[in-house]
This record gives sequence, structure tokens and C-alpha cells, in this order.
Amino acid sequence: MPGEALLEDAVPERIVVVGASAAGLTAAETLREKGYDGALTLVGAERHPPYDRPPLSKQILTGAWAPERAELRDAGAIGGLDAELLLGRRATGLDVAGRAVLLDGGDRRPFDALVIATGAAPRRLPGCDLGGVHVLRTLADALALRECLLGGPRLVVIGAGFLGSEVAAAARRMDVDVTLVDPLPVPMRRQFGDRIGEMVGRLHRDHGARLRMGAGVAGFTGAAGRVVAVELSDGSVLDADAVVVAVGAAPETGWLAGSGLPLGDGVECDDRCRAAPGIYAAGDVASWDNPRFGTRMRVEHRQNATEQGRAVAAGILGDRRPFAPVPYFWTDQYDARIQAYGVFPPDAETAVVSGDPADRRFVAAYSMQGRVTGVLGWNSPRELIGHRRLVLAEASARR
Amino acid sequence: MNVTADRDVCIAAGQCVVTAPGVFDQGEEDGLVVLLHEDPPAELAADVRLAMSLCPSRAITVRD
Repeated sequence: MPGEALLEDAVPERIVVVGASAAGLTAAETLREKGYDGALTLVGAERHPPYDRPPLSKQILTGAWAPERAELRDAGAIGGLDAELLLGRRATGLDVAGRAVLLDGGDRRPFDALVIATGAAPRRLPGCDLGGVHVLRTLADALALRECLLGGPRLVVIGAGFLGSEVAAAARRMDVDVTLVDPLPVPMRRQFGDRIGEMVGRLHRDHGARLRMGAGVAGFTGAAGRVVAVELSDGSVLDADAVVVAVGAAPETGWLAGSGLPLGDGVECDDRCRAAPGIYAAGDVASWDNPRFGTRMRVEHRQNATEQGRAVAAGILGDRRPFAPVPYFWTDQYDARIQAYGVFPPDAETAVVSGDPADRRFVAAYSMQGRVTGVLGWNSPRELIGHRRLVLAEASARR
Repeated sequence: MNVTADRDVCIAAGQCVVTAPGVFDQGEEDGLVVLLHEDPPAELAADVRLAMSLCPSRAITVRD
């Protein structure tokens, strides 16, 4: 009840949201949608108006979309937030006791409630400073990589998770010579296990990508400041004009060092996404206790950014419910649309529950000790929605 | 309320179908959004707005 919430947490009059991508923007928008009419500041490290990241490794890379098409909201919607929008500004520190965010340039923004939504930054490898070595996180990264791919390089993609696999697929679509490298035996094994990973590997080979699975990277060879080869741990060498390093991302918590907030794998929050009284986190940077699965999670997926952004906004305004989603995520590679609900432990048992992998159209359920923890659809969006309740039923039975 | 759904950007996530089942459906084969009501009744307005917010590909637009 709202009155009850007032007793514990007074309705804030000043809210600062740090991070202006999907999670931060959604939090700001939801605050207004739910009637918050106090001061609102939205801080974004990038100068560009808020944009969506999933298209970066797909439509933006291939050029199917102009960059503007990835913008999350039009200027009218951003203006309608009635927020102080600080783009191209970084938060440099947090004064928990003084209830203020410190910004580059030295100014402070006091708050009654804070949303931390600073996302994650690509992990790098030694030698990443050589010319021709790319990471992909921002629109600027995507446009630089696209420019490079248009030159028809021999491309080596390091890391066959979501990002690396999608980049390889987009590059093949542009007819670029692609070698995909990963220390695990099949692509996307960490995400979906061996069985689906094998199918993803076949998909890439069928579309002309070379796979070097089970191969670590020993280093890069440069000449005149540019990468010319990638050395693998087995001693072999891949000639390369360009490299994409897609070896995961680390939560952007550097600015919170010394703040006293609990930092581990991201900002560690309770089941309502609170790191401290009045201080919330959402999106890639947040780890929280998901009571539906009885475990701590940090989810680097687009849908979670929206759902968690909404949840923290509701929490700030007095909603006491825990944040207990079934994570949803997807990847589009070549003609395969892979969608997933739930969690996919590497040692889970998999069973096809609809369709047939031979037809490249099926739904698989992942189980641990006989309980379904996740369902994955391969070109089966409608059937997957139907099977989503398997996860909901099992997960809620754990509560 | 006027609702539009853009099948060109839709990625068949199905969030709209789960959130506002009377207003949105999915194509049988491709799973892409199928709009059932361009002008849904007022009692569904909150669900439709939530569906717009949750859509991961920004395929849904709502105008009053």
C-alpha cells in the first residue's frame, strides 16, 4: 500500500539515474509513467542520444539500418521526460553518506534516490591497442567495425559467445573471410551447452565461416602498429587484417570503488535491486537475488535491462515486490533465431519437447534434477512462448 | 488509443502476446507480431502500454 511505503521510504524529491542506455532510460521513463513529478537527472557517458545495443552486432554492422534507427526514443519522447539530461558526462564517484553523485568536471548531483545503470565494458586482451583490433559495445565501435568490414579484411573473431557469434554471422553476410576462435569445443557452449553449441557451429560452417574451437589466443602479431596475425595457443598462426575481441564484458563499477557499496560481480543488490537504502541498480551492472530461482544473478541481456529498469523505478516509488523475472534473451545468426527463457546450467540435461532439430525448428527444455530451468527455441517463437510456462511452473515451485 | 505494430523491426520475442494477449498475437510460422485491435478498449490500455515498454525491438507504438 502506498501509505505503508511512505512510512519506510519517503517519496523522493530528487532522483539521479546514472546510465542512459536501456536500463537507465527505462527507469527514468517508468518513474514519470508512474507519476513521479520531482527532479530527475539522467547521466550518460556517451554523447549520442540513448540507443539500442542488440542491433549493433546485426543490422548496424551489416548496414541494413542507418544508425538513427537504433535510437531508443525520438527527441520528443526524451524531451517529454522533463529530465536534466547530461550526455557525454561520466559519474566519477558516489558519496553514499552525503547522498550525492560526483560528476566529471567536479560538480555534484544530490539525490534522495539513485539508480545505477552504468552497464558493462568489453574485456580486452593484451595487444588490443594495435590498429585493426576491435571491440564492440558502442555505436561508435559498431560503425568503426563496419567501415573495416567494408574493406574486405581477413577477420578473426575471438570469442564465440553471443557477441562473437553474431559478429561472425554479420561479417559472413557481408562476404568477409571469417575465422571464429574459442577455447571451448563448440560455439555458445557456455550459454547453451554442447548440443546446441554443435548446431551453432554447423550453422557457421554451413555459411562459410572457419571455426577454430578448442583454441586459446596466445597473442597478436603487429607490424607498423597494425595487427597482421593472431597466434593461437597450439602454436598455429592466423593471418588477419582485422580482429574482433569478444571475450565478455565487465560491469562498470570502477566509479563506485571506495563508495562502500557492495561490489562483486557487479553492484550486489538484494531481491528488490537495492544496494543500499535508496540506492538501486539495474541492467548489466546489477547483480541481485532472484527469488524465483533462489540464486544471485547478473544478466547481460536486453530484456532484463527493460524489466529491471521498470522494477527499480517501481521500487523507488514504494513497490515492495522482489524482482523475480524469468530471464528472456535471444540471438539471431544467419537464418537461425534462437530464443531462450530461464537459466541454462552447463550440466543441465536437454530434451527436445517440440519440433525436430533436423528441421532446424524445435524447442528444447533444460533440466536440473528433473526440474526445468530453461527452454530454448530454434526458429520456433510461437512454440517457445507455449513452453515458457514449463519454466514458470518449475521456478515458482521453488519459492 | 491507437496502436501500431511494425513487423519490419519485430523480432518475434512474443512479450506483447504474453502481456496483452487480447491485443497482440504472433504469426504461426515466423512468430512476428499480429495486431488484433488497433483501438483496444480502455480497460486494456495499461497492458498495451506495458507491452510497448517491454517490447525489446520497439515495434509497438501507442498514440492517444
